[in-house]
Amino acid sequence: MSSHGHGVRRGRREYPYALFLLPGALAFLAVIVVPFLMNTGISLTHWQGVGSPKWAGLANYRELLDDSAFWESFRHSLAMVVAMAVLPTALGLVLAAALFDYIAKHIGTRTASVLRACFYLPQVLPIAVAGIVWSWILAPENGALNEALGAVGLGSLRQDWLGDPDFALYSVMAVMVWVQLGFPLVVFMAGLQRADPSLHEAAELDGASWWRRFWHVTLPQIRPEIYVVLLWCTIAALKVFGAVYVLTKGGPGGATNVPSYFSFQSFFEKTQVGYGSAVSTALTVIILALALAALRLQTRAEDQ
Amino acid sequence: MVLPFLVVALNAVKSPADYSANGPLSLPEGIHLDGLRDFWQRVDFGRKLFNSALISGSVAVLAALLSVLNAYAIGIGRVRGRPWVLAFFVLANMLPQEALVYPVYYLSKQVGLYDTRLSVIIVFTVIQSAFGTYLLSSVLGAFPKEVIEAARIDGATKWQVLWRVVVPVSRPTIGVLLVFFFIWTWNEFLLPLVMLISNDNQTVSVALGVLQGQRLMDATMTNAAALLGVLPAFCFFLIFQRTLTRGIAMGAVK
Repeated sequence: MSSHGHGVRRGRREYPYALFLLPGALAFLAVIVVPFLMNTGISLTHWQGVGSPKWAGLANYRELLDDSAFWESFRHSLAMVVAMAVLPTALGLVLAAALFDYIAKHIGTRTASVLRACFYLPQVLPIAVAGIVWSWILAPENGALNEALGAVGLGSLRQDWLGDPDFALYSVMAVMVWVQLGFPLVVFMAGLQRADPSLHEAAELDGASWWRRFWHVTLPQIRPEIYVVLLWCTIAALKVFGAVYVLTKGGPGGATNVPSYFSFQSFFEKTQVGYGSAVSTALTVIILALALAALRLQTRAEDQ
Repeated sequence: MVLPFLVVALNAVKSPADYSANGPLSLPEGIHLDGLRDFWQRVDFGRKLFNSALISGSVAVLAALLSVLNAYAIGIGRVRGRPWVLAFFVLANMLPQEALVYPVYYLSKQVGLYDTRLSVIIVFTVIQSAFGTYLLSSVLGAFPKEVIEAARIDGATKWQVLWRVVVPVSRPTIGVLLVFFFIWTWNEFLLPLVMLISNDNQTVSVALGVLQGQRLMDATMTNAAALLGVLPAFCFFLIFQRTLTRGIAMGAVK
């Protein structure tokens, strides 16, 4: 390619394409690579954020392994994966199929796209705003949910949804399903548009029930989308911070703490910077391992 | 899905007396805008809107520019080691910000950028361009080679080909990137929370998140805050609905 260019541009020296990567590379070095390496370095020290860090080797990581608060925050991460990846994907599939081959066909494509937009709306909302909306709805006194329960005669179910350690995690999970559902829905509906409708019609003529068609025709056609959505949402779930900060601050008593909030607390509240760095490094390793595995699977699938 | 927004809008226009007498579920007795006005003045909301718009707008433009340059080298220039370069950008995009936040906080203090909007603009320009590079590289990878070769034969340099051929043709994808970068940056929370501590520099998200954390507001003011926070997002949504759905589908399939 470049020899072709030389032939044309006779005599004049041409800069290589790699030069276009230079601004990006320098910016990435300063903002991503250097801070990331620093963070890893700091995780091997004891440091309060002032003065000079004291070398600690793997002490922070050893402490991490014995820290029940860390393991608990990690278990909550799995709950977030359920709330932000598994449930939205499952619900998104059923809703997308229902909107696509029921509402759009029998009621109208306009209705279907308005409904899709409604489901997607929480996704464009700053999580801080979603947090304000929901912590008011879920408030123990005068909260809209408790008032609504009272109004329909279910007053005995009133709870301190975010303040009771038995309910807080489930409440946060429910909010996250609400936040997240629109993303898989939009992706799956786009996927269904790409799929071949004749298969579906043939199955319908053969008398297959809606569920059988969903399971054997719809799902296999949008498998790539399901896969991508699960990966993206799982990574988002492992990184979740804003929602926990605004809804519960990890409380009550650590009942909703997650690793990202745990590291934030170590950095800025407890000034255990070395320990916080160890937490965030551990989280990074898990996320990157997951992402690498997914990239591998994807390239293998593309090669086939 | 939209029910919470409706309930919030109803309660944002109630007077505190109306709220305490009739609870959150009744219709407001009249339109009462004092809560909205009080909240607006208390947090200097106009200023927060300006900060959010300035930061998000700058990031959208700069990150799109950086993405175009990177993707030109990867997608059309087919630089050596391209899969590795691409993998690097993808991984940079997936990195949790917690693994960057303390060094970024520390380094920005060292160079005098702490608590400036510029610091946040720089960091998010890089983070967003990781996704932009990934998406745009695969779009440009499929760019018709004949078009580029024709321009080169006519004597255009690589720089001219980029601006006169590649960018105009890729305008739809670049538009999607601009919209996404703008909204994502608008919604960001952790890094702005750490980096923008003074009232004058805070964004809408940070101002609302911090107030919520302190729980200083009564119920009507909370609703006023929520409504004012929802409105800009709702406007973007109405304006960019098509771009958003197109973009998500594109991002997922690539």
